[in-house]
Amino acid sequence: MSIWEYANPVKFMRTSGAILPWVVAGAAVCTVTGLVWGFLTPDDFRQGSTVKIVFLHVPAAMMAINIWVMMLVASLIWLIRRHHVSALAAKAAAPIGAVMTLIGLITGAVWGQPMWGTWWEWDPRLTSFLILFLFYIGYIALWSAIEDPDSAADLTAVLCLVGSVFALLSRYAVFFWNQGLHQGASLSVQSGERMSAVYRYPLYLTMLGFGLLFLSLLLIRTRTEIRRRRLAALQAREMRA
Amino acid sequence: MIALLRRDLTLAVRAGGGFGLGVAFFLILCALVPFGVGPDTTALQPIAPGILWLGALLACLLSLDRIFALDHEDGSLDLLATSPLPLEGAVAVKALAHWITTGLPLILAAPLFGILLHLPGQAIPPLLVSLLLGTPALSMLGAFGAAITVGLRRGGLLLSLLVLPLYIPTLIFGTEMIRRGQEGGATATPLLFLAGITAGTLAVIPFAAAAALRVNLR
Amino acid sequence: MIELGKYAGAVIGAYGLSLALLGGLIWQTLAANARARHALERQESRG
Repeated sequence: MSIWEYANPVKFMRTSGAILPWVVAGAAVCTVTGLVWGFLTPDDFRQGSTVKIVFLHVPAAMMAINIWVMMLVASLIWLIRRHHVSALAAKAAAPIGAVMTLIGLITGAVWGQPMWGTWWEWDPRLTSFLILFLFYIGYIALWSAIEDPDSAADLTAVLCLVGSVFALLSRYAVFFWNQGLHQGASLSVQSGERMSAVYRYPLYLTMLGFGLLFLSLLLIRTRTEIRRRRLAALQAREMRA
Repeated sequence: MIALLRRDLTLAVRAGGGFGLGVAFFLILCALVPFGVGPDTTALQPIAPGILWLGALLACLLSLDRIFALDHEDGSLDLLATSPLPLEGAVAVKALAHWITTGLPLILAAPLFGILLHLPGQAIPPLLVSLLLGTPALSMLGAFGAAITVGLRRGGLLLSLLVLPLYIPTLIFGTEMIRRGQEGGATATPLLFLAGITAGTLAVIPFAAAAALRVNLR
Repeated sequence: MIELGKYAGAVIGAYGLSLALLGGLIWQTLAANARARHALERQESRG
């Protein structure tokens, strides 16, 4: 029993079909409970009711980065071991990542307006998120531009690799370029001033919920891609016959 | 490799405007900016480094699709791929040819355009050094983008979408260096970062670009 | 009803926009999946 067995599309379809209802249920329960719980938390004495936005902002931002990392790993697996499911999973993940980045940016803008008095600031964190969004757009555009599926998988995987290096580079370059307005990580273990437990537990729940939400969307989208691929193969066979 | 370089340079010159077009574009951009922001020295001086770098970046971008497109159409790219010269080397030479035809003229013309935009004299040496260090990375990353999009019919727009985000670090450190030079500050830190990015790009990107070319020639 | 105070617009706007985006993504995912499954079933039943 090895993890590479799931590289077989049939096996992947069977297993993902079996676990999908559980993942979807978990995602729905965690996200809805987390968001409702978050919405009912008391106001922060400094930020007022805007603190409720954190339950969307932080999980979305976290997933935006994690999804890119997941795409990088999937691209590497495709390049090294040539498992088609891996390439399709990377393709399926990109739009989810782009939407998560967009949610992070929008909630950040709406939150920044009353707190900092501006919708947008060229702050390192904000800027690097915008750059990440650009990388997502380029990646998705490249996938949709190339017709041959295997070439598309190869080229996007190479782009993902190079893009990861440059996205990381840009992240540190913008720190050099402008000092920030954005607060530091609210949940890091080292930081002295930590979030109060009132906010922390619903936040953990929404983070888990967004993770499960991503997983369920990823499974569904990958299944869609596999079905499309199989359909194309069947149609090609029919044409030849 | 030298033969390939000579061939590419000759082709660029014969095709007309290989050298001049990028610089002309650069000149137009620098001439248009004062119309957009007003002719005041106080308005132009702070944005001059950014305008010069953006101009160089866009001029470089304009000629990128020519790196591989023509060779792909007439089949000489397939010959290159089967020749004893490793494809990585061919990519590096192509990027070098692109740099000589667009990057080098830009660098030579940049001080002149700097004067147009009221860049103070003490900022000219950092401008030259930053362009000299930064533009090879632009050409090499452009070659990577061109290699990825070579098989596409309408690759031009996609090419800029893919390549421009990769230019961000170079742009940041390049303009930062000129700005610090303008204010008389120390330019060593951005200079080292810029040099590091270019060196890393030159070392790694030929392999990625050659891999992309091999996929497109399959 | 919970009191949102003077930032009600910001909070509701952020939640509304985000949920709309997520909803759109989920809808698109499900619709594409259903389309692919139907097309595949039709093809398989034909061949």
